[in-house]
Amino acid sequence: MDGLSKTIGGGGPSVPAGSHPAGGSQAAAGGGATQRTQYPYVTGTSVIALKYKDGVIMACDTGASYGSTLRYKSVERIKAVGKHSIIGASGEYSDFQEILRYLDELTLSDHMWDDGNSLGPKEIHSYLTRVMYNRRNKFDPLWNSLVLGGVKKGPKGDEKYLGMVNMIGTHFEENHVATGFGNHLAIPILRAEWREDMTFEEAVKLVEKCLLVLLYRDRSSINKFQIAKITTEGSTIYPPYSLKTYWGFTHFENPAQGAVGSW
Amino acid sequence: MARFDPYENNGGTCVAVAGADYCVVAADTRLSVGYSILSRDHSKIAQLADKCVLASSGFQGDIKALQKALTAKELIYEHNNNKKMSCPAMAQLLSNTLYYKRFFPYYAFNVLAGLDTQGKGCVFTYDAVGSYERTGYSAQGTGSALMMPVLDNQLKSPSPLLLPARDAVTPLSESDAVDLVKDVFASATERDIYTGDRLEIVVINSSGTHRECIELRKD
Repeated sequence: MDGLSKTIGGGGPSVPAGSHPAGGSQAAAGGGATQRTQYPYVTGTSVIALKYKDGVIMACDTGASYGSTLRYKSVERIKAVGKHSIIGASGEYSDFQEILRYLDELTLSDHMWDDGNSLGPKEIHSYLTRVMYNRRNKFDPLWNSLVLGGVKKGPKGDEKYLGMVNMIGTHFEENHVATGFGNHLAIPILRAEWREDMTFEEAVKLVEKCLLVLLYRDRSSINKFQIAKITTEGSTIYPPYSLKTYWGFTHFENPAQGAVGSW
Repeated sequence: MARFDPYENNGGTCVAVAGADYCVVAADTRLSVGYSILSRDHSKIAQLADKCVLASSGFQGDIKALQKALTAKELIYEHNNNKKMSCPAMAQLLSNTLYYKRFFPYYAFNVLAGLDTQGKGCVFTYDAVGSYERTGYSAQGTGSALMMPVLDNQLKSPSPLLLPARDAVTPLSESDAVDLVKDVFASATERDIYTGDRLEIVVINSSGTHRECIELRKD
């Protein structure tokens, strides 16, 4: 793997020695060299989502970090796409905004057919996988993990959909997904407690349990969350709110207690 | 600062065994990256033609792109020639498709299997850049080093140096081959962290293709 990518990297974009990569992507340098996004600047943390009885619920916090600085505290990282889907993003926030522009263009041109058909979550997800994979092939990735959820009427009744794509185009469908830190901290909780027939109230409870764990253990998460749902009735993105925290646990106050060490 | 890496290994193991009039293709359904499991139910097997299936492990993004390219080319072949592509023809197409990206390869390790134009079982095994060989059985992917010696031991393929060339197909019956495949997967799952969750088995014979799933260890 490493050997392979290094060989390929050698043929990739060349950065002039000593120059710091410019902030924007695609900034053409004088020598004809093109600077691509080599690493993310402003990033959002975990997104979690799961299917429940009537559709899909998705949640994340509203923070965006500049490295380890908490730069923005009130950004929306979950958005509605068309009539049947919602999208959530972690990773580079400006790349997510570009993806939203692509999706606006896609849903607009789809609407203009005026044929009564509309793109469902499966189609939107498929489109996103191609966009992400094509950009990685150009060595100019969109630095995100995307979660797409939706419900659409199909031949076998309402079909719920929940899928994920990452920055290099790996994609899959699941009953519950989580990006970033959520993959380590929320997925084990979801695997233990998720059920197909959860009510919305139960789903919110489970999501909040995951968000709370992330708030305690993911340093870049903040206590301002947004929950969104998508059902056959359409999407609802709820206003941000905070969770009640409790920092009085003995192991929070004295984490070294019981841990024998030499210092 | 960590550089952008366009590859990732999503793991998984693929096996195929050819018999006189059948072919067994199997792959686990675990999708992982590093120490994380992304999905426990992600199929690695693609039906490319009537009697031709492809099982792939490696980078999932490349695998999907490869499957899409092959499916599209098969459809064009079908329209041009008014017949489905044969498995040996698909084998050459897959080799060419992989080599076309020699200097930015598809990170995919493939086993292509099915029935040839005589109705005999065939297995083609590949590397990521298109080298391939027709064999009687093969294993590819993260668990291949654990499975291949067992298959060698149980199936005793004739040396490719023998003249005249011997038939590479295995002497096993269809149900014995399926049982062997189940056993090698159960064993590899014990030691390979990238193999597990579920096993998808596709059997191809004169009556068509049949799909079967069994559970594997989930830890």
